[in-house]
Amino acid sequence: MSDVTKPAAALAHPILTSGLDRRRFLAGAAGLATLGAGFTPSAPAIAQAAPLKVGFMLPYSGTFAKLGKFIDDGFRLYVEQQGGKLGGREVAFFQVDDESKPEAATDNMNRLVGREKVDVVVGTVHSGVAMAMVKVARDSNTMLIIPNAGVNEATGPLCAPHIFRSSFSNWQVCYPMGKVMHDAGHRKVVTITWRYAAGQQMVAAFKEGFSAAGGSVIEELALPFPEVEFQALITQIATLKPDAVFAFFAGGGAVKFVKDYAAAGLNKTIPLYGSGFLTDGTIPAQGEAANGIKTTLHYADNLDNAANKAFLSSFKAKTGQDGDIYAVQGFDGAALLNLGLTAVKGDMGARPAMIEAMRSAKFDSPRGPMSFNRANNPVQDVYLREVRNGRNEMIAIAQKSVDDPARGCKAQS
Amino acid sequence: MKASSQSWIVAIALAVAIALPLVAPTYYVQFASKALLMGLLAVALNLVVGFGGMVSLCHAALFGLAGYSLAFLTPEGEGASIWLSLPAAVLVSSFAALVIGALSLRTKGIYFIMVTLAFGEMLFYLLHDTKIGGGSDGLYIYLKPEFGFGGAALDLERASTFYFVVLVCLVLGVALVSMLVRSPFGHALVAARDNERRARSLGFPVYRIRLTAFVISGALAGVAGYFSAAQFGFVAPQLLGWHLSATVLVMVVLGGMTSVLGPLAGALAIIGLEEVLKSNFEYWKLIYGLIVMAMVFVLPGGLQQLASMVLGAKPASEDDAVERDMTAPHDDAATDRLRPELLRSEAKAHV
Amino acid sequence: MSAITFAVQLLNGVQYGLVLFLVASGLTLVFGILGVINLAHGAFYMLGAYFAWWIAAYTGSFLMALIGGVALSFMLGLLLENVFVRRLYGRDHLAQVLLSFGLILVVDELRQILFGKDVYSVKPPPWLEGSIQLTDNLSYPVYRLALCLFCLVLAALIFYVIQRTKLGMIIRAGAENRDMTRALGIPFDSVNRYVFAGGIALAALGGILVSPISTVYPGMGDGMLILSFVVVVLGGIGSVAGAAIGALLIGLTDTFGKVFFPQVSSILIYVLMAGVLLWRPNGILGKREA
Repeated sequence: MSDVTKPAAALAHPILTSGLDRRRFLAGAAGLATLGAGFTPSAPAIAQAAPLKVGFMLPYSGTFAKLGKFIDDGFRLYVEQQGGKLGGREVAFFQVDDESKPEAATDNMNRLVGREKVDVVVGTVHSGVAMAMVKVARDSNTMLIIPNAGVNEATGPLCAPHIFRSSFSNWQVCYPMGKVMHDAGHRKVVTITWRYAAGQQMVAAFKEGFSAAGGSVIEELALPFPEVEFQALITQIATLKPDAVFAFFAGGGAVKFVKDYAAAGLNKTIPLYGSGFLTDGTIPAQGEAANGIKTTLHYADNLDNAANKAFLSSFKAKTGQDGDIYAVQGFDGAALLNLGLTAVKGDMGARPAMIEAMRSAKFDSPRGPMSFNRANNPVQDVYLREVRNGRNEMIAIAQKSVDDPARGCKAQS
Repeated sequence: MKASSQSWIVAIALAVAIALPLVAPTYYVQFASKALLMGLLAVALNLVVGFGGMVSLCHAALFGLAGYSLAFLTPEGEGASIWLSLPAAVLVSSFAALVIGALSLRTKGIYFIMVTLAFGEMLFYLLHDTKIGGGSDGLYIYLKPEFGFGGAALDLERASTFYFVVLVCLVLGVALVSMLVRSPFGHALVAARDNERRARSLGFPVYRIRLTAFVISGALAGVAGYFSAAQFGFVAPQLLGWHLSATVLVMVVLGGMTSVLGPLAGALAIIGLEEVLKSNFEYWKLIYGLIVMAMVFVLPGGLQQLASMVLGAKPASEDDAVERDMTAPHDDAATDRLRPELLRSEAKAHV
Repeated sequence: MSAITFAVQLLNGVQYGLVLFLVASGLTLVFGILGVINLAHGAFYMLGAYFAWWIAAYTGSFLMALIGGVALSFMLGLLLENVFVRRLYGRDHLAQVLLSFGLILVVDELRQILFGKDVYSVKPPPWLEGSIQLTDNLSYPVYRLALCLFCLVLAALIFYVIQRTKLGMIIRAGAENRDMTRALGIPFDSVNRYVFAGGIALAALGGILVSPISTVYPGMGDGMLILSFVVVVLGGIGSVAGAAIGALLIGLTDTFGKVFFPQVSSILIYVLMAGVLLWRPNGILGKREA
């Protein structure tokens, strides 16, 4: 973990650092000029002279485009509510479309970090892209807030003081489902997902929780990401006759799987459970086929708390659309950043103090009470939801204050 | 353009390329490295497409395989030795090119395009759907290769050092391709492209010549892929996908297929265009797509055509005796396999 | 595996193969008759599905979506042929590759501008909505069975048109020898236009018909394009019968591959392709080298 503690300048190219020095010099000169006018600025006031550069690296096109837009809207909504400022500083936004392409991720991240020299990067949805972003963020010591991607490693083996997550970890949202399904009387379960990191981590977490509760997973079905020809595997589920099925799919795959499952009549005899993404943002397309599906997630559409009500109405007023978990995660990302910056009066130079403030933050998110663990992953309630009336309604808290074990994360000071 | 003026342009371009890291910020040095690597890939592809007349849609796969080889050969916690990993990566790409080429070159024209596409996608799915290379999540290369010789070592983690190494590779690659196309081998390759039957009747082993060109081109693509993976520290199956192959074809055609250096210019133009469009327009792909479509009709001869239009000269005639306009009908049409009519009857409907 | 399960999986494979055939037939006709390589075929498949969603959302009728979607795509095909593709008949395949590559980007972005970035679904017509009980707990949607039937009818129709009608005769003559056909005063050029538009319409029709059992989503054309290419390579360019054989082979390989060799299922298709190419470089029903 030695590279984490290295100062920024040691890792950057000489030309880049000299550019920074020059800016600092100009800021200092401006400070001196105002000094002459009989005003003594504090150090943070100097830092506030330039707007805070926030770089969005989100999917603005491709499969996850809508998710990216909602995160963006949620973040901006919070900034607008603060009068266009975070920690008292004006905010300048930069954005790069990551297209959910891992192979272009390093390049896109370099655009923000190297070309635009942003202070903070916010991104992204796709786990593979997020992994590449974490790598660049660690190499360049850039502040990173992950507003969705749940890949366990980001707050596990690859954790770093300056990498935060305002969303969830794959482990976190699926582990509680094990006990829920066991309590519902299911003992033999089949899992099905795409064969990629997110799917495998979610299924593994579920299996861990389910085995701990005393159940057994009799078959783990998987197909290549993002293939949607499910018919052969659905036939296999019918032959295996498990007590229930646990599924993770998202987006178009989730819609098709839920519809195919219902069309095969399996929903009548083998109840379908899943990670929340199986029915999040997809219910209009899934229609009646989604009714009765139970999922776990750190948010539900009808959460009855003041923060959520206020958030949903202001999001609707701003965008004309109903806010969802992605918008909440963007909103909370901005809230977290604001907390940190306010603690240091907008001075990014005082980063250790800022990070400390962010990590010890406790606030009421629209999703409920939220704090952070040592790896900067949220500690939050995970809800059991059921699809009713075309939305994900909370029916219980599956587990309170779920804390990701942050496996592999070396202790951070 | 005369040979002398052309070599002047090349000399100036090279001087600019050498001076670049001394004046440009790190980001742009990295950007230039990326562009030069795409240029090397385009130059490699053009040996097959421009000089060989074989439209390959699997070069991204050869490019990507070398990148994956580096990922496999990089031990945990340290960089791979360049002396071991580079030849190994190039060998993997060349071998893949040999196998794909041996099978694909039994076909021609439209079939060749589709078979190479299908083989490229096969490699894509091999890495995408199995656990061999981390599946669809890809693999990370945490440290760049170690470039040591004797007691000294080049630090590839430094953007400018990396850039110069890439530049040297590109210059060597271009020199190799230039030498090849001027050699008897190159003349045979071009002869087979222009008139296969005549080349055959003159006793050229057409299949072997084409296969050799395909393998050399694959090896060069491997060099580009190796350094590209090293630069980004990450390989994903999409590196092997046909979208990249098609993009490189666009670079080749834009730059002009009649010269060795044209595709390099095309690559620089496309990468630059992408950068500008991406940072200025939300729907940049729409504009990019329209430009590609327009290029097919307005600038079939690529940038060379543009240059000669601007300079008011006749279309650039090559010193290499490898003239070929993408659109112009060929002189001895009687036996030309590229004639559309023949091609069409080659691939006609028979239900 | 019990006999019943085997039969159900067989049905799954055949049904998948028939959909593949539907999409690939358009591709193979455009290849074979016009000698045009169209990489944007998958993009039109996707566009068809979006047309279906769009029209169904306004009219509430799947039938309207089917007719309207096919008509729209056919007209789009005519337009594209008229403006772009006809200029490429006399040029080499590289130009066609580039044009259709550009077209993919343009169609994809236009789709995003016109129809948004969401995932949608389309309801099948009410009289096809039910399902048939196959085993004690597994039922099969009637729509999937109807889809099989429809594909079979369509295949028969394509064969009939090409083999038995005057139009088909012109098409075959033109594919054989364009100059001679033209010299005989046969209106081959206008036939070209309809063949290209027909190919586009077939791709879109595939997307429309699949929309009720699949989902309408942005990347749906990518996978389909590659599979159609493999079908055409397997069967032999220009051969509709070859496409049918290739599509069924792939449908069955994919389905049983997923059941028996889940780890390598998608590679199997390409192994099959490589095997066939070793045996017959120009595909199963492809013509031998002249």
